[in-house]
Parts: sequence; structure tokens; C-alpha cells
Amino acid sequence: MAEVIKYEPEVLIEEQGFDDHFHEHHHGDKYQSNFITTYIFSQDHKIIARQFLITGIFWAIIGAAMSVIFRLQLGFPEESMAWLKPILGQWITIGDDGVGHLSQDFYYALVTMHGTIIVFFVLTAGLSGTFSNLLIPLQIGARDMASPFLNMLSYWFFFLASVVMFLSLFVSTGPFAGGWTAYPPLSALPQASSGSGTGMTLWLVSLVFFVVSVLLGGINYITTVLNLRTKGMSLWRMPLTIWAFLVTAIIGLLSFPVLVSGFLLLMFDRILGTSFYLSDIYIAGQALDYSGGSPILYQHLFWFLGHPEVYIIILPAMGIVSEVMSVHARKPIFGYRAMVLSILAIAFLSFIVWAHHMFMAGVNPFISNFFVLFTLIIAVPSAVKVFNWIATLYGGNLRLNTPMLFSIGFVSMFISGGLTGIFLGNSAIDIQMHDTYFVVAHFHIVMGVAAFFGMFAGIYHWFPKMFGRFMNETMGKVHFWFTMIGAYAIFWPMHYIGMAGVPRRYYSFDQFDAFRHFAVMNKFITISAIIVFFVQLLFVFNFFYSIWKGKKVKTKNPWGANTLEWTTPIHPPHGNWPGKIPTVHRWAYDYAKDGNEFIPQYVPLAEGEEAGDH
Amino acid sequence: MAETISSTEVVEQDNNLWSGGKPPMKASYGKLMMWYFLLSDAFTFAGFLIGYGALRFSMPNWPVPEKVFNKFPFTGEANLPLIFVTFMTFVLLASSFTMMRAVQEGHNENRKGVINWMLLTIIGGFTFLGCQAWEWTTLIAKEYTSIHVNPFGRMTEDGIFLNADGSEGEAFEAGYSYLIHNINAHEGGHGEEATADHGEAAVSHSHPGDYPDALIDEDGYIHRKFKVTSGVDAGQVKSAPFGPKAFGALFFFITGFHGFHVFSGVLFLTIILINVISGIYVARKNGYEMVEKIGLYWHFVDLVWVFVFLVYYLL
Repeated sequence: MAEVIKYEPEVLIEEQGFDDHFHEHHHGDKYQSNFITTYIFSQDHKIIARQFLITGIFWAIIGAAMSVIFRLQLGFPEESMAWLKPILGQWITIGDDGVGHLSQDFYYALVTMHGTIIVFFVLTAGLSGTFSNLLIPLQIGARDMASPFLNMLSYWFFFLASVVMFLSLFVSTGPFAGGWTAYPPLSALPQASSGSGTGMTLWLVSLVFFVVSVLLGGINYITTVLNLRTKGMSLWRMPLTIWAFLVTAIIGLLSFPVLVSGFLLLMFDRILGTSFYLSDIYIAGQALDYSGGSPILYQHLFWFLGHPEVYIIILPAMGIVSEVMSVHARKPIFGYRAMVLSILAIAFLSFIVWAHHMFMAGVNPFISNFFVLFTLIIAVPSAVKVFNWIATLYGGNLRLNTPMLFSIGFVSMFISGGLTGIFLGNSAIDIQMHDTYFVVAHFHIVMGVAAFFGMFAGIYHWFPKMFGRFMNETMGKVHFWFTMIGAYAIFWPMHYIGMAGVPRRYYSFDQFDAFRHFAVMNKFITISAIIVFFVQLLFVFNFFYSIWKGKKVKTKNPWGANTLEWTTPIHPPHGNWPGKIPTVHRWAYDYAKDGNEFIPQYVPLAEGEEAGDH
Repeated sequence: MAETISSTEVVEQDNNLWSGGKPPMKASYGKLMMWYFLLSDAFTFAGFLIGYGALRFSMPNWPVPEKVFNKFPFTGEANLPLIFVTFMTFVLLASSFTMMRAVQEGHNENRKGVINWMLLTIIGGFTFLGCQAWEWTTLIAKEYTSIHVNPFGRMTEDGIFLNADGSEGEAFEAGYSYLIHNINAHEGGHGEEATADHGEAAVSHSHPGDYPDALIDEDGYIHRKFKVTSGVDAGQVKSAPFGPKAFGALFFFITGFHGFHVFSGVLFLTIILINVISGIYVARKNGYEMVEKIGLYWHFVDLVWVFVFLVYYLL
């Protein structure tokens, strides 16, 4: 066994580091000269990451609150909602008997906006925007993104999208209410429903800004990862987080533009009266002047983004979990190359499965066979990943702190939700399951809860890097256990309801004999959802409390991690490293090697030591 | 694979482009970003062209490009199929050549050369935009095509056109292409001659209504009447229907979106030309790289046109 390696980061970086002359000619930092350029229109990736995160948290609260309101309707349809009138105003109608009802139009608007907000603003911008920005330059050893300016624009386009979407919540006809997928004709005909007018226009405008933001960010992430890696940071030495962010950005770069194509055609249908998606439509008995269009065309264009989008959401969470799990298990990640290859395989397959969202939309059943096949094949790389996570935990010296708990919770959620995906991927079973609560349960567990768990793991783990303090561990554990149990309490029963055929998106089941007896289950789900919602508020409290009052970080590398972000000062300056950039001599997962608890990436291989990455 | 820290490893790393510390594709970040942007833009256009294919092949018929795009400036109604668009395509491809020369001159640090070739590129871009404007004007103002109405149709059955006196005129077969004229198009003197030149029965109706030989709708479109001679409807008298709506909508949308790209390209070329003239690239470390980047964009826009040209004009 080799000797225990001793290292001093400052000394090693000074000796071996790469001098890019960043700190010369630096008389006053023009990028951080005053409050506005430091904290608002900042070009520093670490500030932009925090901006994404805090905007994401803002949207997460709104999106979750919406789900609580429509869950109240589903769980307690008889109860008066008059007490919500001060918040919802005209959307609560109070009958002669004094019972307040949630407007049906607004119920649909809530469901739609909940989906849009969580999918795009929280789990795309809030997750990948935050951690790609924070970790890419820090972990690959770069001073900043390739183009800090475009990076800043990326956030501000997201901000603009947020403002427009937020405004749409307050228009008198309500926000868009035709489902987050915005299928025509509901989305194409302004007269189709009350939310299809101004609400839908704002929705479209907002999402086009959003796509601009994603593309600006994604182009930057890819370029940075490829061009700005420090000396020695070959692709096969990159932490799995970076692999995940790189592949996520590539998926986004190739799929979001197609969504824009679909949206532009939709705008033409709405504004100029073309018939790309519309044909033979009657409204109130009146034939409209549309002919020859195909609503299925929109679905194809939408899901060409829509399916890769779920991997845009889950891949960063997977990367974060892989990294966090390895650090806190004090073990190298099991099957590093298999992890990378499975990310690539998932990314490739994600582009050829989109029509499994459309099995019941009238696509050719013969074509469906191909999509069934490729969809089920995704289970293979996914299972590889799950196996590797479990093998990483096996025999590890686990630290069961909050980030680790959320990582393990992620694996649990990913297995549970992934298995139901195999059900739904079969076009024959989908005949029974489509548009039921089974689907709702499936995607909420596998991409909603699981992605949130990955995000939480990342936030708890890198909070010390972001703010120089720890989050409160007790509140964190309460947050984890209530969320873990609560999430299953919410979504597990939905599988049963769904198998019984209860359709999603219905306002009320009182009128249906077949579904009425699920009232108790719906009540149970709603109560669980309310509890989980308040536990998330505890997390938000913990987050902001810890920014100012949390336990201070005393050492540069509090978790004993190998990656380069922990070689920067506790409060990294603009440019990340005060002196030279560290060079890399090994992969990121040399834990428990040759008697060393961990060997950071900047430590050269010892005499006779074998590299750990093969 | 065993790796030890030794001097050989350091050498090995330096030779490997992907080992970090240098751009692996020997391209600056700016050029890479332009490539990735173009990749994403290619997917946007692909979305449109696939949408075009999906709609076109779901229609029972589609106008024949040679019959639609057969006008040339200053030649009146002469039938010159696809000549004009060939000219447009030539201009655009030629501008790609001049752009390439500008980039070359940039590498040679020859400011004057860059200015001249970029100027030619800009002129090419403007010429293309002008041609597109003329083509759109002809379609919209002369032939009354819009995103809502497509007067270019094709017969789906055999038949015989009816004359103004109700008698049978020329016969046609299924697949016959026609243009539904608009009475407003021929106001101002030479209208009757023009229709006569076209080899069709002279139409002198000036008001909407039902006539023995045609049905004139409220918007002034003259739907010629014909007697069906084949299929289950044989013997019936019908009026020529509009062609598929999607034709006009897709045409204006896709060529418009491409034209918008050309327009932005010309704009950026102009800005960069001004920078070249001002001489700021002389002092720059990466020299005329901006010219190279806008060149990438310009070639991309030309490449997209090749596809638009293929699906809209040739197929």
C-alpha cells in the first residue's frame, strides 16, 4: 500500500497550477465595481446561479401553492372555499347559500400553470440553471463561463419570461387553462376558453423568452465544458455532474428550437388566422374558417421537445446525486464509465420516443411499435444507473446527512416512478392508463419528486460553497423525512385511482358513480399534499435563515470532497481562484484509496500509484 | 491502464487535445458558440420543413411549383417557370462565395479586401431580399394569394370548362393546374387582354354572382365552371375550388422566416463592415474573427435556402 498522501492545496496549486495571467492588469474589477454590476446585472457565474436558484424557489412556492388549491377542490369538493376569496377574488364564486366554489375555468388554469411553472421555471431553469452555472466553471477549473455576458442575458431572459408569466396570472380572463402541453385547438383559438385569449398569448410570449434563455445558457455551458477545462481535466476525469450538465445542455440545444417552431406556427394560427393546426372547427354551432390543418402536427413538434425535456429535468438531478452520493458514501462512484455511457444512451434515446405521449392521439399503431420498443429500451441505461447508485452505497462509510438522505431518496423515487414508466410505455396498456391518475402518479414521482430530491441534495450539499454557511441540519432532516413519506402518501394512492380509470384534470368526480367512492382517498391525498407543502416552506425558511444565520464554514473543504470547487476560498472571488488555476491529475472519485480517505483531483499521482478511473 | 506521474505523461497530455487546458477543436469559444447556435437554428428550420411535409402530404393535391412561380420582372405574363427563383438562388450562393473571399482576406489581414468582398456580400443579400419582395408582391398583389387564400389549384377529376354562353369549351384532365383570377387584379385597362393571353375564356364580369361560365365570390375570385367527365360525379357542373390553404400560409411563413434570417444577416454584416472600416479588428488579438463568425452564419442561411428551394420550388 502506498503511503498516505499529504497535501496542501495552496502549495500544490502554486507549484503545479496554471497561470492564465487573470489577475494581472486588474486595476479595479470593472465587472464588479458597484452594487448593480455585482448583484443584479452580474456577469459572475456564481451570482447568476444564485439568481436562478432564488427565482426558482419563488416559482416553486407559487407552483406548489397552486397544487394545494386544486387539491383542496379535489379532496374537499363540498367545503366552502370562501376563505380564499381575498386571494383569488373573482375565481371564487359564492352561492346563495354562502358556499364558495372554485371557478371551473380557474381550476383548469391552476392545473395548467402548476405544470408549466414546475416543469419549465423550477425544474429546468431553477435546477439546471442554478447548478450548471455554479458548478461548471468551479468543477472544471475555469475562471467563469465562456461568455459571461451571454450568461447574464440568459438569466435576464428567464426573468423576463417570469415577469410575463406572472402577469398572465392577473389578467381578468385568467391565465391559460388548456393544459401545460397547450394542445390546439384550445390553445389556438382565442375564443375557445376564457384562458385561451390574453392568458395564452402571454403564455406563448413568456415561453419564447424562456427558450431564448435556455439556448443562451446551453450554448454557454457546452462551450465552457469543451473549451475551458483546466490542464489535465480530460473528459474522462470530469465529475458526473459536469457530464450530466453537458449532456443536458446538448439535449436542450437540439429540442427547444423545435418547440419554438411549433410555437411560431401556433402564434400564426392565433394571430393571423392560418390553419396549420386547425381544421373543420365549430364553436357554438358556428363553423370557423379553418381547413387542412393538423392538431397532431403540433403534438409531434411539442413532444419532440416535451420528451427530451423530462431528461433535461432529470439528468442534472442524476449528476448531482452521483456526486453527492460518492462524497458522502466516502467511496468512488461505482461504474463511472457506465454512468457516463448511460447518460449518453438516455440522451440519444430521449429523441426517438416522443410519440409515446401520443399513443391515444390517433397515430398509426404500427408506428407506435417503434416508440414502444425504444421507450422500453430506456429502462436499460436507467437500470444501469440505479444499480450503480446502489452499488456505490454498498459497503460505503455513509454519512447520513441531509444531502445524502435526499440522494438516497432520489434513488427510491426514481425506481418507483421508473417502474410505472414501463407500464405506460406499452401502447396496449396505455389504452387503459392514458390520461388517468396513474400517469399523474408516474411522472410526478419520476420527474417531479425525484428531480426535486436531486435539487435539494444539491442545495444542501453546495450551500456552503454558495453562501459560506451550512444549512440547519435538524430542519433539513425534518424536511427530508416529511417530504419522503409525504410524497409517497400523495402519489402512491394515485396509482390505484388511476388503475380504476379515474381521469386526470377533472374538476369534480361527484357526478360519476364509478369514481365517487374514491372521495376518501382524494381527501387523504389532499391532506398529505398540504402537510408536504408546509414542510417545503420550512425548507425555504431554513434556506434564507441559513444564508444569514447558518453555521459558518470554517475550512475550504468541509465535506472532504475531491472536486475543484472546494479548492477555492470559502467565499470565492470573481475569477474563483485568487492565484493560479489548479491543474488536475486524477479523476474526481479517489475516495478510500490506498489508505487515504480522499485524494482531491489536484494531487498528482504518487510514485507507483495507479489511476483510479479505469 | 496504469498511469504514473512522469515526464512522459506530461508530454502525452500536451499532445492530447482533449486533456484540458486548451480548446480541443482548436476553435475559439465564440466560433463554437456560433456553431451551436446554427445547430439549434437548423432544428428550428427542420421543425418547419417537417411541418410543411406533414401538411403537404396530408392534402389530396398541391399546386405545381412550375405553374406558380413562373413570373419574371418586366416580362409580363410570359411563362418562365422557376427562372426567377433560380436567379435568386444564384445570387445568394454567389454571396456565399464573396463571403468566403472576405474571410480569406481577413486571414491575410488585408483590410481593403475584407471591405470589398463584404460589400459585395451585402449587395448580394440585399438583392436577394429585393427579389423576395418582388416575388411576394407578385403573389399577393397580382395573384391574390395570401396566408388565407390559395388561388393555385389542381383538378382532381377530368372535365370540360364552360364558356360564357354556357356551351362546352376546352377539356382538361385530372391534375390540371389553374389559377383562380381575381377581378380586381385586372382593373386598370389591360385586364381582358391579360386573361386572353393566358389562353382562358375572357371574363368580363365585374360583380360577384353566378354566371354561366363562372362563380364570382364576394372577394372577386373568379371560379370557372366546368362539367365533370370522369368519376362518380360525371355530368355534374362544378366551379373550380381554391387550392389547399396551407400552401400560401407555409410559403409566406417559411420563406418569410428565412428572409428574416437573411435580413438579420445583412444587418450584422453591415455592423461588422463598419467595424472593419473603423479598423478596430486590426488591433484585436483574434484579428478578423468576427468576419469569420458572421461568415459561418451567412453560409448557414444559404444552406437553409437550398433546402427551402428544394422542398418549395423543386419537389
